[in-house]
Amino acid sequence: MVTQVPSVRGTKRPGSRKQRPMSGTGGRTAALFLTPFFAVFAVAMVAPVIYAVVLSFFAQQKSGLGFSEAKTSFVGLENYLQVLQSESFVGGIGRLALYCAIYIPCMVGGALAFALLLDAAVARARKLFQLLVFLPHAVPGVIAALIWAYLYTPGVSPIVSALESGGVAVNFLDHQMILPSIVNIAVWEWTGYNVIILFTALQAVPREILEAARVDGAGEIRSALSIKLPLILPALSVIMLFTVIGTLQLFTEPSIISKATASVTSTWVPNMWAYDAAFNRHNLNQAAAASIIIALMAAVLSWAVTRFSSRTNKA
Amino acid sequence: MSTSTMSRPGISAPASPLKRRRSARSGGFASSFTVNALLILGCAYMVLPVVWLLFASTKNTADLYGTAAYAFGQPAFFDNVAAVLNQDGGVFLRWMANSMFYAAFGAVFGGLISVLAGYAFDKFQFRGKDSFFGIVLVGVLIPNTATVLPMYLLASVFGITNTVWAILIPVLCNPFGVYLARVYSAAYVPAETLEAARVDGAGPIRSFFSLGLPMMMPGYVTIALFQFVGVWNNFMLPLVMLQDQKLLPVSVGISIWQGYALPQPEFTPMVITGSLLSIIPLLVAFILLQRFWKSGLTAGSVK
Repeated sequence: MVTQVPSVRGTKRPGSRKQRPMSGTGGRTAALFLTPFFAVFAVAMVAPVIYAVVLSFFAQQKSGLGFSEAKTSFVGLENYLQVLQSESFVGGIGRLALYCAIYIPCMVGGALAFALLLDAAVARARKLFQLLVFLPHAVPGVIAALIWAYLYTPGVSPIVSALESGGVAVNFLDHQMILPSIVNIAVWEWTGYNVIILFTALQAVPREILEAARVDGAGEIRSALSIKLPLILPALSVIMLFTVIGTLQLFTEPSIISKATASVTSTWVPNMWAYDAAFNRHNLNQAAAASIIIALMAAVLSWAVTRFSSRTNKA
Repeated sequence: MSTSTMSRPGISAPASPLKRRRSARSGGFASSFTVNALLILGCAYMVLPVVWLLFASTKNTADLYGTAAYAFGQPAFFDNVAAVLNQDGGVFLRWMANSMFYAAFGAVFGGLISVLAGYAFDKFQFRGKDSFFGIVLVGVLIPNTATVLPMYLLASVFGITNTVWAILIPVLCNPFGVYLARVYSAAYVPAETLEAARVDGAGPIRSFFSLGLPMMMPGYVTIALFQFVGVWNNFMLPLVMLQDQKLLPVSVGISIWQGYALPQPEFTPMVITGSLLSIIPLLVAFILLQRFWKSGLTAGSVK
């Protein structure tokens, strides 16, 4: 789509004098249009990351009794080693991995199922369902976490009391349940958003193919699984990519929930660990190293997902 | 490629209702019932927590713990709203105004910066275009929270933490918006129109503002809407950057009240009512601008 543009421009007036100054100033005009973005990008992304890399190689060393000013000295990879050897940081990564393992199948599977149902020929009131399912996305993460924190709290929660009257005693906020409980908040926030993406992709499936399958005797379920699903794989892989990046951001929900239960510690996930390092332990160098490690993990993961999904799309 | 994906639903739409009705008849009552029942169940899961918030905001502290969740107690909604608005000399309204200001600033100016860049990537030829666009894509893939602490560290060097600049500068940066803008520019702005403008003597800047931008307006609105929501929902950035209560956005403000509510339960109705009030602007924006967020989600999933 992009490559078409120059060829149109080029073929219209081959060799005319007017065209050369245009392509000559193309670079300068493009620079004019691109400068604001790259200036902001440099200030808000590149410079902070570079500064964090620099900081992560240094450490503040307090002299014996702490009377004099702390000295800053170069320590190489010492901060990275400390972060990676910290039990709470590694525990946080493990927790995050477990969170991904539960969250991604639940959310993507749920979104896919809902989108296929919505696209089924017998579904009614599609517009209303789309609007309702998207509703949680208009609720900020903080508020979503707050609502669910109340819905998990015995005494206030209709869910807990309903389960109790049914003879089931569940504490959503204890050590075993806290991870699934937080997964549920994220599923609630993000499923609807992805339903809309998948449903739009489903709408683009040519109706003739589905009609042909129906004539050949394929039922709704059969055509959903063997025709619609393969055709929306590209949309699914985009969702996977953004979901993986999104899970690494996990911070808001556990920090809100941590005020409601002791099961979530202040270093529960890597982002909280980095925040805690900066603002509670006042070790900015370690916080910088932790941030860089998180960014690197994101880079590796999104590279892996893109590689994997481009291979499955080609196959 | 993007154009075809976006227009395909529109082309197939007129033909589909007939076919749908036919297959609905053959599907039978049982499958129709199952599908719609499952859809209703799914929507109930999505909607009921928000409905709970609505019910809870009408209760005082005692009723919150004493009455059934989906029933009304002593009507206390207006007392709750008054309590929210009067706490700390009306700081809640200040928080709402801050959120509105940060989000609108990011939406209008961050959106425009993205549209400019996306338009340039689509319409101009220049050296290193692919590498520059590669940088944008890397920006899309870096999680926001991973850059928040580095941003704080850098901002404290320049002494701009705890000022509005610590929020206003980062919200201008929206790599995904650039990506979307490039897709929109390819879809909405025909190269022939720009060529005609060039022949008539309009320079590239003039033709952007009088042709390109108006044609891309739906895309601009979509990018701005997404940026607005992103800034409104952001929690970690303002939490890290701001200490002054007067500068906080509503998300961080309410989380502070939530902290108060543990030792002082009378804060709980205020947290709940404040939460409800804080989501109203976004709900209204989403319902009014449905067309735009749907097109944004489609364009985003093209590649």
